[in-house]
Amino acid sequence: MPWKAISPIEVYKLLPKTNCKKCGEENCMAFAVKLVNMETKLELCTPLLEEAKYKKSYEQLKEMLTPPVREVELRSDKKVVKIGGEYVLHRHELTYINPPPIAIDVDDTMSKEELIKRINFAESFRYTYIGRQLTLDLIAVRSVSNDPEAFKKTVNFVASNTSLPLVLCTLNPKVMEAGVSALPNGKPLLYAATKDNWMEMADIALKNKLPLAVFSPGDLDMLVSLAKTLLNMGVSEIALDPGTFVGFNGLRTTIDAFTMLRWKACNEDYDLAGWPLIGTPITAWKMVDGDSQTKAWWEMITASMLIIRYADLLIMHSLEGWVYLPLVMLRFNIYTDPRKPVAVEPGLRIIGNPNEMSPVMLTGNFALTYYIVSGDIEAGKVDCYLLLADTEGIAVECAVPGRKLLPDNVAEILKSSGIEKKVKHRILIIPGKAARLAGDIEDATGWRVLVGPLDSKDIPKFIEEKWKPENIKKLMES
Amino acid sequence: MAENDKTEVLSAKIWDLLKKYGEIVLEDVEIEVDELELIFQPGVPVAIAKPVAKAVEVVKKLVEEKFKEPEMEWTGKIVEVKIGATKSEGGTRDRTFIIGGETLPAFYMFKGIMPHPPVIAMDVFDMKIKLPKSIRMHFEDVMEDPAEWAKRCVEKYGADMINLHLVSTDPYIKDTPPSEAAKVVEEVLQAVKVPLCIGGSGDPVKDVEVFKKVVDVAEGERILLNSLNLDMKLEDIAEYLKNKDVVIIAFTPMDLDKARELNRKLYDYVSKDRIVMDTNIAGIGYGLEYGFTVMERARLAALKGDTDLQHPIAAGVTNAWAAREAWIKMDPFWGPKEIRGPAWETITGLTALLAGADYFMMMHPYSIRTMKEIIKNLLEGSPGKAEDIYDWVSAKLG
Ligand code: SF4
Repeated sequence: MPWKAISPIEVYKLLPKTNCKKCGEENCMAFAVKLVNMETKLELCTPLLEEAKYKKSYEQLKEMLTPPVREVELRSDKKVVKIGGEYVLHRHELTYINPPPIAIDVDDTMSKEELIKRINFAESFRYTYIGRQLTLDLIAVRSVSNDPEAFKKTVNFVASNTSLPLVLCTLNPKVMEAGVSALPNGKPLLYAATKDNWMEMADIALKNKLPLAVFSPGDLDMLVSLAKTLLNMGVSEIALDPGTFVGFNGLRTTIDAFTMLRWKACNEDYDLAGWPLIGTPITAWKMVDGDSQTKAWWEMITASMLIIRYADLLIMHSLEGWVYLPLVMLRFNIYTDPRKPVAVEPGLRIIGNPNEMSPVMLTGNFALTYYIVSGDIEAGKVDCYLLLADTEGIAVECAVPGRKLLPDNVAEILKSSGIEKKVKHRILIIPGKAARLAGDIEDATGWRVLVGPLDSKDIPKFIEEKWKPENIKKLMES
Repeated sequence: MAENDKTEVLSAKIWDLLKKYGEIVLEDVEIEVDELELIFQPGVPVAIAKPVAKAVEVVKKLVEEKFKEPEMEWTGKIVEVKIGATKSEGGTRDRTFIIGGETLPAFYMFKGIMPHPPVIAMDVFDMKIKLPKSIRMHFEDVMEDPAEWAKRCVEKYGADMINLHLVSTDPYIKDTPPSEAAKVVEEVLQAVKVPLCIGGSGDPVKDVEVFKKVVDVAEGERILLNSLNLDMKLEDIAEYLKNKDVVIIAFTPMDLDKARELNRKLYDYVSKDRIVMDTNIAGIGYGLEYGFTVMERARLAALKGDTDLQHPIAAGVTNAWAAREAWIKMDPFWGPKEIRGPAWETITGLTALLAGADYFMMMHPYSIRTMKEIIKNLLEGSPGKAEDIYDWVSAKLG
């Protein structure tokens, strides 16, 4: 069955019902509503955890609220990264929960300089998008040497030079054991158990209470057999890698595998598929012929498809900003909660130190529009008033044909914002993309409309050229 | 906006109920469970408790398990739409394309391969327009000549079709009269032998006049008209197109209800197999998630039997270039714009591909090449061989 909402009443029934507010909510019912909306954590209801009489209820609730794709936490001393925890196959059915972290690989034959270079790339990668910081998330340490000592040394070095949680990658249990021993704290993901090494790998995972990935490229029977075996052995957290094939020889296998696994987990309650999926676009570096730019290109392309098709963690090799920039933005977009429009409050924003003859500009309240337009205006050091019309969080180019930027709403916002008291003129600069509405806005508002540039980066130039006393006078008199 | 479709939002459902049964005040009130049950009658099944088999066993043998393919049933089918006409069909094209016909969500290859591969068309404009440098460099010398531009796309870059945009007809740009615009269409029809898609300027009044002239000069060629929308006088233009051999793109701005409404209006004039829908897509970072989800929902609804949405989907992937990251100069850390641009366009295209799009309007040669390669990999590729990647963890990579 596809995911169905749990009734908050069912949840409420199992809560202590004392309305003690320890969870931060007004009462148990409000907490229940938040719980089923995934807006809070069960563990915040401390009485449930602490009092013996609630033990059974707690366990029942935990079971009830467990998502079809189990959530696994990876940790370093400083950071926590969650993978999986998904409820639905398609984001419109609810929302996707945990954006897939991207791990940058290093290996144990690299020099210290190279390790530092790669770690720094992952650590310092940062892009600001609509006020959020988009980052890279993990370091995957691979054993190329196949030497336990070398791996241990590298893991140790990496761990002491990064704040990011790790993925330890080797198929050799002896090497894995050495790597784990270098990490007394933290909770890395062990990659991976295969048909050849599962018994020893399971031992390591069990002994150290660590999550273990299962790697079975191109063989889903083996993948779920391994998953079942490990779980039977008591490994409490696993992740599944059905193999990332790049290009003609297997991309199809990969897209099918990810799709089937996630379908089975979300729509058929198939437990063994209900674990985070690992994509390894890094295999492009093995499978694609050509120079490093070509390999990086196909690694990026493969990663983008896996972000859309259900990967919960990606391991990658490129060290190019252009590879990751579209990926982190795509990931942010796809994991945006469709229940909440990406909007900012409509109304008046004052930029710089405007006076009574400063320009008044109009735009929509799509968060991105606002951040870009205000950023451009600030960068151009233009003092002005910026009016955000309520376009229901939609970009201007869509709001115009979609009738979300209506002349009447513009008239409304001119009134309610109090701008009429702030400026002496009555000239409104509208986005170039809304040029079509110029006449209607004039009719609805009684203001004169000046059509601004198509792109907000041209605003400073536009103001410099057009916003001159003689022009203003002319416009007001015409 | 479909994304905010409150009927699918759990919390909204609850609060609606609460409003309806206004007697409940949550603040500081202890609610008796039994009372609530009476009022709510939740009826929503609680997720079935999953067995927790956690007893540690000593396992020496692999527990064998068969992976069973997903079970699913789809009752709807996307109509097949034919674009273009060859000599024997009354046109002058060398070939035609059929899009649509799907009975499965996009790229569920374990259940079956899509009946008609997606079509990649390249954009051409009827005047020199502002384009990002990384696109312009491929067309600089032909941008004054739409016929040559179209030729370049087909001959050098392998475009399946040409999207000719008559932007100069825009009253705010050049206000080119319809008869002159139609001449350009004739020239392009002469220059290339692939089927054409002809777009207007987006002005709902002017486009009606332009489209009438265009379909007259392209009579018999079964062109794809880009596009009809709810702002146009449909009783005028759709009526005019009724008995012409032309296929229509029905455009709506990321809104499924509007998509249904427009399609239903068009059914009064043209048969279903003459409608392709464009639910609108935006580039990465510029509203991609809205476009993606509307497209995915449209396709899934169609396959579940919504007869108002059973049309092939067109995607204006070129919109990706509206993202500044695709064309501005950035700190060298982010790489040259010459590669960011195609990356943006390609990934936006792939997003639409995986959501179910059939017809792609694109611009950058490298994006188009990559898209074609991915489509080939997916539709014709061979199964992955474990040995190709089994040792990736221990491989020394460049
Ligand atoms: S902490 Fe628990 S018992 Fe207290 S109000 Fe919150 S949900 Fe109710």
